[in-house]
Amino acid sequence: MNDSLHTENSGNKRVKKNFLVQAWLVIFLSTFFGVALAAIQLTLSPKIAANRLNETLNKVPGLLLGDQAAVPMKIIKRSVTAGAGGVKKTYSVFAARVGSRSVGYVVKATGQGYADKIDVLIGLDGALNKITGIFILGQKETPGLGAKMVDPAWRAQFTGKLTDKPLKVVKTKAHAENEIDAITGATISSRSLCAIINQAVHDVRGPLASGLIPSGPIPSDLNKTKPGKGPNSPSNGHGSK
Amino acid sequence: MADQPTPLERFINGILPENPVYRQVLGMCPTLAVTNNLKGAMTMAGAVLFVLLCANVIISLIRNLLKPHLRIVVFTLTIATFVTIVDRFLAAYMYQMSKQLGPYIPLIIVNCIIICRCEVCASKQSVFTAAADAAGQSLGYALALASIASVREIMGTGMLFGLRVLPAAWPDWVIMVLPPGAFLTLGLLMGLANYLVARHSAVEKKARG
Repeated sequence: MNDSLHTENSGNKRVKKNFLVQAWLVIFLSTFFGVALAAIQLTLSPKIAANRLNETLNKVPGLLLGDQAAVPMKIIKRSVTAGAGGVKKTYSVFAARVGSRSVGYVVKATGQGYADKIDVLIGLDGALNKITGIFILGQKETPGLGAKMVDPAWRAQFTGKLTDKPLKVVKTKAHAENEIDAITGATISSRSLCAIINQAVHDVRGPLASGLIPSGPIPSDLNKTKPGKGPNSPSNGHGSK
Repeated sequence: MADQPTPLERFINGILPENPVYRQVLGMCPTLAVTNNLKGAMTMAGAVLFVLLCANVIISLIRNLLKPHLRIVVFTLTIATFVTIVDRFLAAYMYQMSKQLGPYIPLIIVNCIIICRCEVCASKQSVFTAAADAAGQSLGYALALASIASVREIMGTGMLFGLRVLPAAWPDWVIMVLPPGAFLTLGLLMGLANYLVARHSAVEKKARG
């Protein structure tokens, strides 16, 4: 009698100690939440990716033709790999055409700033001789100082700079053609940004000029394939902004 | 259970008497980091409201199934799920805001306000009380963020909600939108809150005799 009671007790204990009895709620909840999150991710991720791409595409016409540009453009996304030796860097390049004429390229470049990485869009004209404008996509520089690089007035000094000489940051008033006024109190941020731009321009000029993306009239064979023209293609209707 | 606060008490307590920022001093990280403009602060408060409400309701519904030694795991799991939902949602529908708030939305997971409410209220009381508690605490949090963010945005940029409220001649006090401004503002406002509470209780004491 005593013996059987004892075994029953220990059996009960073993059942109670079983991890399934202890943790069934945790297991159930994590499975349930996991499925729910997967569903949300599946639903929202195309929209998030589109947001990211649209942010760039919306800037392309303004960067290339000025803010009042309202020409319907065809924008084709390409990636350009450049860099000497072991360090290869890949840039997203957005080639823009109005009709059959190339109006320029927008290069997305990333590099180290003072606080964190800086993402910048650089507009280049069709002949790759001039910077037509820059736009800061993302930065985490010091608010009130380095973060002023997003200021349109400061960014405007990049417009029209020639690409044959690297840009140089100066603390006093910029005189020479390739000089950029530093942001007051944020010389390192200004220098970092210029270094990113110089590097990117240097890296993409060669591959682009060597005819990776044809400027001028499009050859007929390329016209047929039309890269980037699918159902999700952002190929038209981006000229309004 | 007779001595547990009623839903109304829970709701009112959250707003001022037990304000999460000024009285409990919880959730300081986002309080300091996202209050340099009012719009960001209000988005943050909205995200906290959603997470706190959902977490409190779920925890309250399953409160009888919780094992004492596994309760924190369940709390964290629930909170993390709703925070991820908010984060994805902001990225999809408020992309610029999601970029501005950066890591502070995912960091709601470790925000003590929420786990504290799960522990103190939701795991012990009914769904309705837990929801009222979540609403009150979130409202208190929103008020606290709004007070800090308004001071900082007005002093630092002369604007509120991106609209100019001070004359253009105002010399923007850049320090107010920088991290030191957050500490200065929070310290001064918390001092003010403590002063008011002290005066209030002194008056009450006098009235009682």
